[in-house]
Amino acid sequence: MIIDLNFIIFASIILLMVTGLYCLLVTKNLLRILIALEVMTKSVTLFLISSGYFSGNAVLTQALVITLIIIEVVVIVVACGIVIGVCVHNKNLDIKNMRKLKG
Amino acid sequence: MKEILILILLFGLVGSALLSVLIRNLLKAAITLAAASALLAAVMFLLGTWIAAVIELSVCAGMITVVFISAISLTKPLTDEEILIEARERRGRYIFLPFILIAVLALLIILKASNLMNFDFIESANSTSVPDFTTQTSVIWNNRALDILGQVIVLLSGVFGVVVLFKERTAK
Amino acid sequence: MQALFILVPLVLVVLLNLPFKQAYRKTAFYAAVFTAVFQMVLSLTSGFLLWKNITDLFSFNFIANLGVDFFSLVVLFTIGLISLISIAVCRSSYDKDKFNFFNLILIVMMGMNGVVLTRDIFSLYVFLEITAVTSFILIAMDKGIEAFEGAFKYLVLSALATIFILSAIAFTFNAVHSLSYTDISSYLKGLGGHFPPQIIAALVLFITGLSIKAGVVPFHGWLPDAYMSSPSAVSILLAGIVTKVAGVYTIMRFAGDIMNNITIVSNILMAFGALSIVIGALAAIGQKDFKRILAYSSISQIGYIILATGAGTPLAFAGALLHFFNHATFKSLLFVNSAAVEYSTGTRDIDKLGGLAGKMPVTGVTSIIGFLSTMGMPPMAGFWSKLIIIIAVWTSGNYTYSVIALLASILTLAYFLILQRKVFFGKLAEGLRNVKEAGALMSFSAILLALITVAAGLAFPFIIYYLQAHGLLKLVIS
Repeated sequence: MIIDLNFIIFASIILLMVTGLYCLLVTKNLLRILIALEVMTKSVTLFLISSGYFSGNAVLTQALVITLIIIEVVVIVVACGIVIGVCVHNKNLDIKNMRKLKG
Repeated sequence: MKEILILILLFGLVGSALLSVLIRNLLKAAITLAAASALLAAVMFLLGTWIAAVIELSVCAGMITVVFISAISLTKPLTDEEILIEARERRGRYIFLPFILIAVLALLIILKASNLMNFDFIESANSTSVPDFTTQTSVIWNNRALDILGQVIVLLSGVFGVVVLFKERTAK
Repeated sequence: MQALFILVPLVLVVLLNLPFKQAYRKTAFYAAVFTAVFQMVLSLTSGFLLWKNITDLFSFNFIANLGVDFFSLVVLFTIGLISLISIAVCRSSYDKDKFNFFNLILIVMMGMNGVVLTRDIFSLYVFLEITAVTSFILIAMDKGIEAFEGAFKYLVLSALATIFILSAIAFTFNAVHSLSYTDISSYLKGLGGHFPPQIIAALVLFITGLSIKAGVVPFHGWLPDAYMSSPSAVSILLAGIVTKVAGVYTIMRFAGDIMNNITIVSNILMAFGALSIVIGALAAIGQKDFKRILAYSSISQIGYIILATGAGTPLAFAGALLHFFNHATFKSLLFVNSAAVEYSTGTRDIDKLGGLAGKMPVTGVTSIIGFLSTMGMPPMAGFWSKLIIIIAVWTSGNYTYSVIALLASILTLAYFLILQRKVFFGKLAEGLRNVKEAGALMSFSAILLALITVAAGLAFPFIIYYLQAHGLLKLVIS
């Protein structure tokens, strides 16, 4: 069996992205939206590293991925802060209750 | 040999990401997300980017999981009968996901086997030598110095976010 | 010189937060005002050798990655002006959280300056994220339930846009093996019109991501909620400059400069632009909240800028740039007026307001100036930029889009007449018997912006002549 590494990595990138996107569209829980965003970020991280590896320039993409991880941590922390704020007001994490802004 | 190892790790990565989406209990979902991060860090290590692998492991598999678990514990859980109703409804929504993934995988294999679309844009590995540590760090500090400045600014902004959003408040 | 735009606010933020007690907290306002004024001065006097000598003293590593041209200098000046207005409005508001606000506005200025100055596609992503994260915190600052909802919707859509932009960067890196604007531009020119599927995927993902950040229809779902539910000073900042720099400036830079008018991208942009103009104007007619009407009006005006960017000719690009500056001034003016109305009367519901022109004369007169500029009535500045956009789209051959842009002005007239009549004219509503004019700083900001609108409108032919004579705008019709 011929194992073609770039096809396998590309397939897993697409599968991760589809999983994250499906969960983002279907979920009703605020924190699960953040988990879906995390899964999609993993997919993009894998894409960046593998494209650097296959074109021979892994050190450059490694620098990009380090920056990406740091920025993503700050976004998740601020997002959790906002979700906790919503939950303090609404008393649950259901996305159907976020209907105050209409029109 | 390395390819087989990467294949197994990628299989685990996609599997644990799928589990973290499907599992109903948020705490267990956060832990499977941490497992996915750890497997991704292992894949990155095998591809030669050691610094990024260590940072992914310690930050994503560590710190983000801690942030998630603290957010989960600060928000109220549902009562017991609501959990049962929600579980049944949830199964109806998420049942399509594994089938969609298998369909996408089959589509990709068909595309590759019949040569309808060439995947040359991700070229095959032509060099397997990894540069040494000093080259790696010099690229990070010298070529991408503007990104390092950006990271500092983003961390400052995150500090203010924590101060503004997590301070003690009285319920309005 | 360019590094000063990012380093001056950074040094001030660090200095303001050193662990010495209360002495520094009062000076935050003056530090923020100093930074905004310094930015305006620096962008106007950028040719002087003094700035170059100052930054040469410190030879930083990353100066090679920053660059300015005339377009960037106009945007930098606008950033400084609108930040100054936002700081002034926050100073005259009543909340207790001002120290954090002044620090956050310094950070968001750094982020926007970075977006404008960078020459590298990944640094663009970094500074876009800085702007976005700081905007989430700013929107959620008063911690009411509406603010959290608006911030959450903005957050989810912005993170989705980030994922798209990163995927586009990864596809581009695969093909070009470099990240700088010049390399990507020469690669795209070298392709000559045959685009392999991964480049098409990269272009579509990139334009989609930037359109989500700009609030272009059909990705505008977050925009009315975020503008409406944020505190007044933050609404001025968001509507006046943050959405425009994060989305519209980047689309103009990419579609006009780097992608160099690829046909498929131009067609998509023109379609989105025309759609935004019409849907934004139609949706504004039925709204009941003052700020929500202004938010849908912003969507409509940004549609004009995107339409002109899609048209592709140099005259259209000049019109887009001029409308960028004009929209920043008149939309900020209208949001300052809504802040004044909200502070004086305590409500934003236009059904409960009425007859305020007698009680709040400064607000009434400046809001009339703002509305006339939005509708494109001479001699305000908005008339000139809309005229240039409509003529440019007509002469580039897209007659239907030009007619749509012209007819949408009638819709703009409709919703602004409704707004003016219900809020400022008519009978004085009950409970509003003892409202007073807004504070001195707010009136000063409104008057300043109104003066800029009128002066820019009166001086426009001279401005266009001056720019053309110096070769800074390449106009097709001379």
